[in-house]
Amino acid sequence: MAGAVVPAIRIQREDFDVAAEIARLTGGRADIGAVVTFSGLCRDEQGALSALELEHYPGMAEAEIGRIAAQALERWPLQGLTVIHRHGKIAPGENIVLVVAASSHRQAAFEAANFLMDYLKSRAPFWKRQHLADGTQGGWVEAKEADDHAADRWKKQGE
Amino acid sequence: MSTKLIYFAWVRERIGKPEEDVELPSGIETVADLLRWLKSRGEEYENALQYPDVIRVAINQEHVGHREKIAGAREIALFPPMTGG
Repeated sequence: MAGAVVPAIRIQREDFDVAAEIARLTGGRADIGAVVTFSGLCRDEQGALSALELEHYPGMAEAEIGRIAAQALERWPLQGLTVIHRHGKIAPGENIVLVVAASSHRQAAFEAANFLMDYLKSRAPFWKRQHLADGTQGGWVEAKEADDHAADRWKKQGE
Repeated sequence: MSTKLIYFAWVRERIGKPEEDVELPSGIETVADLLRWLKSRGEEYENALQYPDVIRVAINQEHVGHREKIAGAREIALFPPMTGG
């Protein structure tokens, strides 16, 4: 019943609880054999950073993550999928993003989570700005070419 | 018909406003035309759009390339490469 899976997508300022999100996907079910979670956290860059501030494009952020999730559901036999992306000011050590992918067998969940993160990095409309530990405002984080290449590797031949 | 332009991150900061409604002059058919026209609107636009190739664009909240036609666009967003995740 892969077609029946509706991904849960949330764009929020608040933190999330990884264990609670896994339980929300698996609770009351006995058909799921594998759950892969990826959490992205804010690093302090060797003490240089006091926070990251994430700006986003309301409306498009939800829509774009929805499109990426739909592609993942088309490509892998997932039984559940949750994507949460935070915005606003986030301190080092705090969560930024969560992907939870559930499937019967591990490979689909691993690959789908990996695919989702690669696409989120290069296509979800979020921008990180640095706040420095010395109290000054840092610059905007620059996009890495490596992230674009990471997304490109999922393209099927001929695309 | 006026079109809503929305700016994010350093594009927003350099232009100095988060959004505006503009009347597009005739002859502006593609995203590339729009970027070229905007760039001529003043120093702040010139500064934000100095390297048009790096600017990412969404029409009606979907990513598009610079050759995309903008006819019928209600909302066009301009922003730097994304750094979420």
